[in-house]
Amino acid sequence: MTTQYARTPKPSNGSTFELLSWFYMRASGALLALMVVFHLIWMHYVIGLTNINFDVIAGRWTGPGGIFWRSYDLTLLILASLHGMNGIRFVTDDYIHNRGWRAFVKALIALVLLLMVALGGLVIFTFNG
Amino acid sequence: MQVTLKIQRFNPEKDSAPYWKEYSLDMHPNDRVLDALLYIKNHIDGTLTMRSSCAHGICGSDAMRINGVNQLACKSLFSKVGNNVTIEPIAGLPVIKDLVVDMEPFMEHYRSVLPFFINDDPAPEKERLQSEEDRLKFEESTKCILCACCTTSCPTFWATDAYVGPAAIVQAHRFIFDSRDQGSQQRLEILADPDGVWRCRTIFNCTNACPREIKVTEAIAEVKKEILFSKL
Repeated sequence: MTTQYARTPKPSNGSTFELLSWFYMRASGALLALMVVFHLIWMHYVIGLTNINFDVIAGRWTGPGGIFWRSYDLTLLILASLHGMNGIRFVTDDYIHNRGWRAFVKALIALVLLLMVALGGLVIFTFNG
Repeated sequence: MQVTLKIQRFNPEKDSAPYWKEYSLDMHPNDRVLDALLYIKNHIDGTLTMRSSCAHGICGSDAMRINGVNQLACKSLFSKVGNNVTIEPIAGLPVIKDLVVDMEPFMEHYRSVLPFFINDDPAPEKERLQSEEDRLKFEESTKCILCACCTTSCPTFWATDAYVGPAAIVQAHRFIFDSRDQGSQQRLEILADPDGVWRCRTIFNCTNACPREIKVTEAIAEVKKEILFSKL
């Protein structure tokens, strides 16, 4: 067996993108946990399971609390889709070793993310009853 | 007690693929899995190949996957692992023969984090002093014996061997949080690489596997936090 010697560590300034992405996952995760619990309590106990229908949701977007609920839903949409898609990016980085395929899948992830946020945002901003 | 050991065997000179072989032995509940393996090697089948050195949980040579969990054979009693025991080599490293794996990829990651004391100041007359409080910051990570139980239980490492792995991060942690060391910034930069700490998905397999009971995931989180605060 050939002897191998210590490899000089690769010069690296670290990845600020990966740092921010990790931090985003922590922050959005904590925020999502709170927001989802609030959403669950609101839907199940304040509105009541049997009362949920199109009119209730449409009413709260067009009613007096409209700005709040539209902002809430937009925040939830952005936080959740970015969190989820970033998670799929992690899986892609871990399990797809071919550089070409990895780039393709990541592009696909970005596209799906963009579509989800754009379509969801469009509805949230333009809905009028 | 009568025990059955199902051992993964592989001799690259004869076998095209690994296969299972079973051995039945009479062991005492207080015997260790290592005792059984050595008994097989000495009395039943001399070709059985494994690493072991100190046999007392200090050298870290006999890490293997016992009943699906990475542990040291010298610290696994039959009273704990039961009488049907499956033994495989640790995963994620190339198998050389039977339970012996090539540790070089693991050691390469270990060397990459500068796992040695760095301080260019002239040595004081006696020792470099350190408060008890400062010492406790890296107390946990000094316990690492480089057995590779953690790194080879990490699904990210199985998927991508470019990942530096929990053991190397623990070793880096031991010096990063040492108040007498001056190489912390260099190590933090090495670990801030996309293949460094950011590959950790907080799965906790490493913490569960560590035979030295180091809170590995916590150590990795401390390094992540240190990078965060040194950058932002």
